[in-house]
Amino acid sequence: MTRRAQVAVVGAAESSRIGILPEISQIQLHADAALNAIADAGLRISDIDGIASTGDSPEVVADYLGIKPVWADGTSVGGCSFMVHLRHAVAALESGLCSTVLLTHGQSGRSMIGRTRPSHRSDSLNGQFEEPYGAAGPPSLLSIPVLRYMKTYGLTEEQLAMVVVVQREWAALNPRALLKDPITVEQVLGAKMISYPLRLPQCCVVTDGGGALVLVKADRAEDHRQRPVYVLGAGEGYGSPMLSQMEDFTTSRAFRTAGAAAFSQSGITTEAVDHLMLYDAFAHLPVFALGDLGFVKRGEAGAFISDRNTAIGGRLPMNTTGGGLSYTHTGMYGMFAMLECVRQLRGTASAQVPDVKISLAHGIGGMFSASGTAIFSSVRSWS
Amino acid sequence: MTEGRALPTPTPETDHYWKGAREGKLLLQRCKSCAKAYFPPRPFCPTCGSRDVTVVQASGRASLYSYAIQHRAIPGFNPPYAIAVVTLEEGPRMMTNIVECAQTPEALQLDMPLEAVFERMSETVSLPVFRPAGGRT
Repeated sequence: MTRRAQVAVVGAAESSRIGILPEISQIQLHADAALNAIADAGLRISDIDGIASTGDSPEVVADYLGIKPVWADGTSVGGCSFMVHLRHAVAALESGLCSTVLLTHGQSGRSMIGRTRPSHRSDSLNGQFEEPYGAAGPPSLLSIPVLRYMKTYGLTEEQLAMVVVVQREWAALNPRALLKDPITVEQVLGAKMISYPLRLPQCCVVTDGGGALVLVKADRAEDHRQRPVYVLGAGEGYGSPMLSQMEDFTTSRAFRTAGAAAFSQSGITTEAVDHLMLYDAFAHLPVFALGDLGFVKRGEAGAFISDRNTAIGGRLPMNTTGGGLSYTHTGMYGMFAMLECVRQLRGTASAQVPDVKISLAHGIGGMFSASGTAIFSSVRSWS
Repeated sequence: MTEGRALPTPTPETDHYWKGAREGKLLLQRCKSCAKAYFPPRPFCPTCGSRDVTVVQASGRASLYSYAIQHRAIPGFNPPYAIAVVTLEEGPRMMTNIVECAQTPEALQLDMPLEAVFERMSETVSLPVFRPAGGRT
């Protein structure tokens, strides 16, 4: 059966600079990226009539930019919110609620200038039943399932260190990456312990930055400046916001749900994917995602990465910017994953993979509490 | 040790749990319709939606499901300390700390048997924590 994509990305850009930017506030990071993406599409602000963002609410970002939206989505489920926004925007465009959607991300995660930050009150469920035990943010919580995964599947510390080694090789090809120097398994294992079994290089960098996408219906996509990138499918999935209540510490229901929905909508299988970006706030997250999305059998991802299948020249290039571990991670990284998919499909990536026709981005939100998957293609019709 | 530590503020739906903890009891809830025990507290069953639920005292026996040893400074804790998730004998899981045990990978073995004890944090708050269950298997 031949399928035709209904929505395309026609504008895509990061903020003019990313990294450590104490001279730019968070709302301006949204705006800078948005202005770049709108210009990339050859559009004007007045053309935008739909907007989605998180961290700063969509009406806040819209007003700052001078956009007068007729549709907004402020779904705030953490770092994968942008994949979820993309999915909702596709539905909004298909049903005619608006005609040109801007998705923005801006986060002063490093410098904390004008930063919004969710925190748990002491009477929330997390505040009552997790934080009194010393839970303090993602490094302390997202690391807890790793030992159970290692015991269940035999994932080794060396394999988990190889995730960093391989991605640092990609980062070396990316002038905008925060960390570019080569690193060895021994250096990873000898680095400062953060949350055993995770060492410092297995935790993402912390940066400031922004990114934005402009979406229109595919029928109009050819009218814009850039080669369109089509949305083949997208999915979202959810789990418990409390890490301790995650059903199984070796697999994420949110990941499985989001991935299955995206593949089902797109009608493709994992075999068709040429390139992927798997949200890597910590080194084990791509290990979980490779199994939960079906790229490898569950439990085999550590060996798959360690055997260099996702490395430069490997058969499934992954996290080709260097990822959150080496490239950039503002706190909610998902936008940067999708932007690299767009660059790879346009043929404009720093570490360009040859002949990418289908690219997938997959994100996590919270402590495995949310997930979003997006599948993009350089061609509109496929079978 | 407890200076600056985040402490819970009970809500009407969780107050019985924290009262129980002050009395040295680990309280779960059980659905009378589907018989499943659950945690954290709420006045209905998260499996079947029934409001016909009752509070039950857990045995306090548990096993170590997973953990991570924290090396960063967190208010109220002396690193390294493990944040653990344990599986209670009745089925539910909860986050906790493991006490009376070295905070090392060698001492903290997954699936090791544990038993609940209670640490008094303030006038109103006692926290359920777990220690290795002696000779029990």
